[in-house]
Amino acid sequence: MLRIREVSKHYEKNGATVKALDGVSLSVKPGEFVVVRGPSGSGKTTLLLLCGALLPPGSGEVRFDGADVYSLSPNQRAALRAANVGFVFQQFNLIPYLSVLDNVLAPSLAKPDPRAAQRAAGLLERFNLSERASHFPAELSTGERQRVGLARALLNRPRLLLADEPTGNLDDENAQVVLSSLAGFAADGGAVLMVTHSRQADTYGHGTIHLMRGKIVTETAEEGH
Amino acid sequence: MNLWRLVTREIRYQKLNFLLGLLSVAAATGVLVAVLTMLRSHDMRTREILAQKQERTEQEMAKMKDDYRIIMKKLGFNLLILPAAQDLKQYYASGYVTEDMPEEYVNTLAGAGLMTIRHLLPSVERKISWSEQGGLQVILAGTRGEVPLTDRAPKEPMQVAVAEGEVVVGYELARSLKLRAGDSVMLLGQRFTVAGIHGERGTRDDITLWIDLATAQRMLGLQGRLNAILALKCLCAGNELSQIRRNVAAVLPGTQVIEVDSKVITRAEARERAGAVAKTALEAERENRAVIRAELEKFASWLAPVVILGVTLWVGLLTWGNVRQRRREIAVLRAIGISAGQVLKIFLSKALMLGAGGALIGYFAGLAAGTASGELSGGPAGALTLFSLTMLLSVLLVATVLCVLASWIPALMASSQDPAEVLREE
Repeated sequence: MLRIREVSKHYEKNGATVKALDGVSLSVKPGEFVVVRGPSGSGKTTLLLLCGALLPPGSGEVRFDGADVYSLSPNQRAALRAANVGFVFQQFNLIPYLSVLDNVLAPSLAKPDPRAAQRAAGLLERFNLSERASHFPAELSTGERQRVGLARALLNRPRLLLADEPTGNLDDENAQVVLSSLAGFAADGGAVLMVTHSRQADTYGHGTIHLMRGKIVTETAEEGH
Repeated sequence: MNLWRLVTREIRYQKLNFLLGLLSVAAATGVLVAVLTMLRSHDMRTREILAQKQERTEQEMAKMKDDYRIIMKKLGFNLLILPAAQDLKQYYASGYVTEDMPEEYVNTLAGAGLMTIRHLLPSVERKISWSEQGGLQVILAGTRGEVPLTDRAPKEPMQVAVAEGEVVVGYELARSLKLRAGDSVMLLGQRFTVAGIHGERGTRDDITLWIDLATAQRMLGLQGRLNAILALKCLCAGNELSQIRRNVAAVLPGTQVIEVDSKVITRAEARERAGAVAKTALEAERENRAVIRAELEKFASWLAPVVILGVTLWVGLLTWGNVRQRRREIAVLRAIGISAGQVLKIFLSKALMLGAGGALIGYFAGLAAGTASGELSGGPAGALTLFSLTMLLSVLLVATVLCVLASWIPALMASSQDPAEVLREE
């Protein structure tokens, strides 16, 4: 489904070149849950944004279903994200003036679907948020906010979930909920690429990639993946 | 979920920001609409005032015309009946009559029963050299007062005859010779007592001496002769001079008739002058109103660009602030698949609502303020008179277009923002 090959991304910072990614290659197949680990500044988020069609690489290619993502126009990439990609963020990034229900429905702005409301209700129920539907993000606990984030990421039935430290701000109990949800998504045939510091994720992932200074230093995979 | 819901939810959340924008657009629109309404009110009041003045002038003119008709009816013409041989050019040039005609003409005319003739004053006159006053050139006039018309009841004479042995002196002669009533003067070898001094007339009367007709005829060697018969307040149907001339010519074939000193002419001139004065007053009022309007227009002409520029910059700044504040939200929306065009739409829709809402509030506030400060009667009735759908629609259009234009650059910045850059900051 997702394949990146020899991807590099350099930034200019204070006159110096920072190699965020340096010749990274990886692939994520349907049903696979890939965990990317590494210290801060190792290029994890850059990798995720690049895979999510949000950040063109300096070199190398990113392919989704065989198509070169960055040869598409910005609007085509937006449509690709709307139809195929879900994002989960460490800071949740909920829209503060929208209710829980409207936050979950936000992706339907990009991909209108008459069944979106029904699906949103189902997701709220699945994540135990039905009673919070009319509440605003500021009125929720951090665990609830991340569950809303997860529900929003799943609304358009994406094929790929990109999660950027989704458990970084959560306690163990909520972290387990999020990780098991991501694992469940993969078990249902979706692909998950998650960057994290947490070792807790290793138990859910089918493979772990270690990034260091923009390079993959080790790569482990469960049997069968 | 749709963009409209997203925009309205954000407005509800950022009430103060939107309210600030709305109030500034409303204030700017209100000020402009108030000034325009005052101009409109001024124009309507001007039309009212000028129409009233016009109507009043027309009424006064009509009344004057009526008065004129009545005066004409009462006064008729003043005629001078002269010998047919009198050269009128000579008469107009010298101011006195040189030819003469029989005195019985006046009696003939008085007995003719002409309904057009009302008062007859026979006279003789000559320019003489007043030898007793160093050869001073004066006009000596002899008059016997009014000749009664034989077919009418006697009336108070219009001009009293000068008694024998008395003289009435013209103003300039009396002034230069220091003559006063009661003084005794010699005139062509005969003594006269000054019976009166005429007031200043600015005509040849000021150098005229009036004595009784018989004495004058004798002194001038014109016994039984007259130079002229003055017929006052002559009337005829339609006041046609030609008709009177025909009537007189039928009775006195050896004469000619001219119109003199007609009060009718004076009245007509007065009426024309009054009309001209009224028109001048009307014009002055129109000019005065135009000056006030020009001042209002001048005020509006500098106020409009200042207000428009001010509110455009302010709305632009507010939108820019809103975009800065919503960087992360925009990045997340882009990440979930919202296109750059949709982000642009979100901000421009908000600007549209700001413009339309502000214009609507501003229009009615400005209408109320303009009505209250304007020259027409205030209150709902005044506002209703001054309400203009065209102005409302124009204001709505201009305000929304300006707000959209003011928000264009910040909205473009929002739509072209790199979401990856913002999300990497997490």
